[in-house]
Amino acid sequence: MTVLFGQLFTGISIGAVLLLIAIGLALTFGQMNVINMAHGEFIMAGAYTTYVLQQSITGAGLSLVVALPVAFVVAGTMGVLLEVLLIRRLYARPLDTLLVTWGVSLMLQQLARDVFGSPNVQTRAPELLTGNVALPGGLTIANNRLFILALALAAVAALTLALRLTPLGRRIRAVVQNRDLAAVSGIATSRVDRTTFFLGSGLAGLAGVALTLLGPIGPTMGTNLIIDAFLVVVVGGIGQLKGSVIVAFALGVLQATGEYLTTLSVAKVIVFVAIVAFLQWRPQGLFTLRTRSLA
Amino acid sequence: MTAVTPAPPAVRPAPVDAVPPDRPAGRARLRTAAGFAFGAALLFAVAPLMLSDFRLALLAKYLCVAMVAVGIGIAWGRGGMLTLGQGVFFGLGGYAMAMHLKLADAGPGGMPDFMQLYGQLDELPLWWRPFASPWFALPATVLLPMAVAFGLGSLVFRRRVRGAYFAILSQALAAAMVILLIGQQGTTGGTNGLTDIKGFFGYDLDDPVNQRMVYFIIAGTLLALLALTRQLIHSRYGELLVAVRDGEERVRFLGYDPASVKLVAYVVAAGMAGLAGALFVPAVGIISPALIGIVPSIEFVIGVAVGGRATVLGPVLGAVAVAWARTALSERFPGTWTYLQGLLFVVVVAFLPGGLASLWSLARRRDVGAQPARRRWLSLGRRRVERTEVPAA
Repeated sequence: MTVLFGQLFTGISIGAVLLLIAIGLALTFGQMNVINMAHGEFIMAGAYTTYVLQQSITGAGLSLVVALPVAFVVAGTMGVLLEVLLIRRLYARPLDTLLVTWGVSLMLQQLARDVFGSPNVQTRAPELLTGNVALPGGLTIANNRLFILALALAAVAALTLALRLTPLGRRIRAVVQNRDLAAVSGIATSRVDRTTFFLGSGLAGLAGVALTLLGPIGPTMGTNLIIDAFLVVVVGGIGQLKGSVIVAFALGVLQATGEYLTTLSVAKVIVFVAIVAFLQWRPQGLFTLRTRSLA
Repeated sequence: MTAVTPAPPAVRPAPVDAVPPDRPAGRARLRTAAGFAFGAALLFAVAPLMLSDFRLALLAKYLCVAMVAVGIGIAWGRGGMLTLGQGVFFGLGGYAMAMHLKLADAGPGGMPDFMQLYGQLDELPLWWRPFASPWFALPATVLLPMAVAFGLGSLVFRRRVRGAYFAILSQALAAAMVILLIGQQGTTGGTNGLTDIKGFFGYDLDDPVNQRMVYFIIAGTLLALLALTRQLIHSRYGELLVAVRDGEERVRFLGYDPASVKLVAYVVAAGMAGLAGALFVPAVGIISPALIGIVPSIEFVIGVAVGGRATVLGPVLGAVAVAWARTALSERFPGTWTYLQGLLFVVVVAFLPGGLASLWSLARRRDVGAQPARRRWLSLGRRRVERTEVPAA
């Protein structure tokens, strides 16, 4: 029983990291149907922001609190720049956008190497987040994992509320559902795109801050995470957040269980096979917006 | 059809074909034959005479990359399937060949050196055994990648998973493969891969003469693949493939099955990548996860984009040029090369989607004065929505 819950929680915490990365992607992918490979480097930017802030603000707890909004703005600004300079010019060619943003991500990685050096750097975690919570039954849960879970859920909740209740959210949903109709209804779609990109990239920045609690910060930290996050979005279905939420946790638990029963490497293969099998059943992902368009 | 993605802006993708308009068939054939003879002379006579052994070995390596590029040209340039996981097929071919050569080096009943090192294995693992026979290993270098591509492709294309979804899946396949190889260190050599391959069917690979022989085999194979590709592209099937790329739904309504059309291109591309991997091993003497993972897989694509994705020769020239530039620059300025590579992705793909090959045909078209070609490759802005086009997912 203890083992079961332990694995379950490991899976959930893997899922929380995935979720935090994937909701930003789900937002931008759903909005513009483009794959942003540089999303991983926005995560990296968020992580390095935390590192830089900790150089000037010495208190680990305070710097983390300051880092959250700052990383959001830094990564979001990078996202807007990318959208304005390149992505908006390539809307008609989603596959080309993938390659172009990959090029951008290569350059950003090299930039990080030149500025911060190739070796990984480390931040100090606040004391509050270094311990464990002991649960009855001999279970312990690491505080930093709990914090990330809370952060991911808070981000999802905030985003859901923003999409449901605010005028901006209404406009974003309108553009996702039918861009042309939204445009003729008087919505400035390009402005909405830019805002969406700011929010989505900013969420990557938040994910970067969270990841500093789990491990070292390096120029290629984004690349390793981004593919799993893309898979979450693909399997979850685009245009809605609930698919990503469910799939992130499901993949996390599947990964953790697979790892427990076999090995890490076999677990990765199991996850991949499961995804291909799942797409046989629902090729457009778990939840889709139903429209009458072909394809 | 139930399904569906929020409609992307229904805009026709920019045409990337650089094939000039129809010319008389006889002259075209003559030109092709002349070009082929020129290429053969270059590869078989000029390069071996002009280049040192070291440079020739490098060229052999580049030509292997070019073979992968030819396959990507078919799948992506002609078929519209952006495959970011060709490293998997390259690796399958490479590992199949390397396993055979390792076993041949070890002699009958022997085990590869690395297995004693980390594996603590008493005997050869079962799945290694068939590779001792060249009659199994050699066909496997091509058939194994083709089988994997067939398996994945038939599942994925039939359910109409395409576009960016397919690209991500193919990339995830590369990630899974590398993690699997590294994880099973005892039987796959882990991060190091299969190294230190000495012999090639009885020939000593340290001998420069034999290295030359390997080069000639690679050059000959590449020419054969190019001839095959040309035939394929100019066949009815080739036309159908382009039609599927440009309007999958329309082709379906005409009564064809787009899934099978795409599957053939994907499987052919995988076979070419497998062959390239198999020949890469004797040329370079190593195959490792670092050569086949996510990053090298996507690097295969950039050469294709630079040369011209929809042409026969473009991918080859682009791949060789990019590989050469990489060697020349990354030795001296490693950081600069990464920036340049990133810039290459951005500039070529965004601003010159037809690759360098399109410059040639643009120049020609301007001579003829048929239409102002300038706008087509410089115009980046949002194109007008065309109501008739079915949005490609």
